[in-house]
Amino acid sequence: MMTVGLGHYLVVSAILLVLGIFGIFLNRKNVIVILMAIELILLAVNLNLVAFSAALGDLSGQVMAMLVLTVAAAEAAIGLAIVVVYFRNRGSIQVEDVNLMKG
Amino acid sequence: MNWTLALPEIVLAVIGLAILIIGVLLKRDAVTTCTMLTIGGFVVAFMLVLNGGQGTGFNGQFIADGFSSYSKLLILAGASLAAILSIDFNHKQGIERFEFPVVMLLAVVGMMVMVSASNLMTLYLGLELQSLSLYVLAAFARDDLRSSEAGLKYFVLGGLASGLLLYGISLVYGFSGTMDFAKLASVLTNPLSASPGVIVGMVFVLVGLAFKVSAVPFHMWTPDVYEGAPTSVTVFFATAPKVAAMSLLMRVMCGPFGHLLAAWQSLIVIVSIASMVLGAFAAIGQSNIKRLMAYSSIANMGYALAGLAIGNADGVRGVLVYMTIYVFVAAGTFACIIAMRRQGRAVEQISDLAGLSTHDPLLAGLLSIFMFSMAGIPLLAGFFGKLYVFLAVVNAGLWTLAIVGVLSSVVGAYYYIRIIKVMYFDAPSPAFDARAPSLSFVAAVTGLFTLLFFVFPAPVVDAANVAAQAIFK
Repeated sequence: MMTVGLGHYLVVSAILLVLGIFGIFLNRKNVIVILMAIELILLAVNLNLVAFSAALGDLSGQVMAMLVLTVAAAEAAIGLAIVVVYFRNRGSIQVEDVNLMKG
Repeated sequence: MNWTLALPEIVLAVIGLAILIIGVLLKRDAVTTCTMLTIGGFVVAFMLVLNGGQGTGFNGQFIADGFSSYSKLLILAGASLAAILSIDFNHKQGIERFEFPVVMLLAVVGMMVMVSASNLMTLYLGLELQSLSLYVLAAFARDDLRSSEAGLKYFVLGGLASGLLLYGISLVYGFSGTMDFAKLASVLTNPLSASPGVIVGMVFVLVGLAFKVSAVPFHMWTPDVYEGAPTSVTVFFATAPKVAAMSLLMRVMCGPFGHLLAAWQSLIVIVSIASMVLGAFAAIGQSNIKRLMAYSSIANMGYALAGLAIGNADGVRGVLVYMTIYVFVAAGTFACIIAMRRQGRAVEQISDLAGLSTHDPLLAGLLSIFMFSMAGIPLLAGFFGKLYVFLAVVNAGLWTLAIVGVLSSVVGAYYYIRIIKVMYFDAPSPAFDARAPSLSFVAAVTGLFTLLFFVFPAPVVDAANVAAQAIFK
């Protein structure tokens, strides 16, 4: 019987982080998917914080995880608001259409 | 638990909430009143910071020392100038809403928390309060496609940077067992025994903060956001948040990670050289003056990072003096850019400045002062900023950094002086509309500061010196 240790959590969280980053850069379809990728990164961080907190026997990691959850909710709200404003002006939220300015 | 140390932040946040209520209750003229109240709030906070006590509060989460006071005063000054400039621009662009100064004020509260952070949690809290407010500001002209695109790009890349910073925080916490800056510094006293996990985490934190100061290679958002956002927002982006992020970077790198200098010095040197060179060369081909200012700010952050790369009090003093001068010169330049209106519409091409000296010699003269100062012509303020940074760099023996810095500032001088050439020697284009008094006021104040800095550098340099000593205690 294999026990699940700190290392396993860190690997899962690192995989989630990489998935999130690739989700932002390789995604050529939809801005909503980018918002989901950002959430994925924040969840990877939370997993990390909680795993470390349990391993260290120190509570501040869990306090930080709560803070991150709160901020992630605020960030998602603001992100969606900006996407709505953008959609009203452009009529599309395809990533390939976000090209008015070069760069 | 000494909450009075955070009095400036608390008072400013309460003033922000009060202004929100006043803005809703007032039917007419809410915008002007709210902006004035916001500037009043900045002045109150300025006084509170000046007379505030020193020490750590909130169980070591929050620190008020010479360094945080210096940065806060600079942030408040930059934000006040930006708020004054926003009145006229927002009115003429038809985007005047009383939420604008309130969001700006909340961003300032975030910045003040950032520079007072003495724990990774406080750092994140302040950084996010600042960032979330700035995302909203970038997309503030909600009927303008360019502004909403700028907001979208800033949000996505900013969210990614916050995520990476946070991942770094989690690694630093996990492998060192603490989030407190003082405890981190004592855990990491011996650089050789530092866990690789802490080093990796530190690099992630560095990446997240480098994004906020728009240093190469994390600068991609800067030109688009500067160009797309309303100019009243761009002037804010170019001043206060840059000071806050640079101060935070100094605090984090020289404080908790101070003993790991060998690990981060080469990174900062590379980022600094890349920023200086890219800022200098990429600006040459620009025709939009806001985009040019974006590359100019990338280059300026490169010079400031050169001072940080030394990692001693001399370098930090240089960076603080540099940032002080940068804030005033940037605010002045943007005051001139906001004054560029023709037949009621804002124009922002460099060619629109052609022959400005014949119609408006005062504006042309002021803009020339700012451009010469950015180019680093002696006796203007910008020269002293570069002098203090590069003096410290040379004293520390980082010759490559100093040589690349001086050479790239020569390249930079080309595009600054090209603007002066366009204003004085090109065939005149039609005159600009009459300037609002608020723009003239900001341009004149910052212009006088730039022009006369060499007469009284001592107070600024001494204050920066005290501030720099504070983080190495």
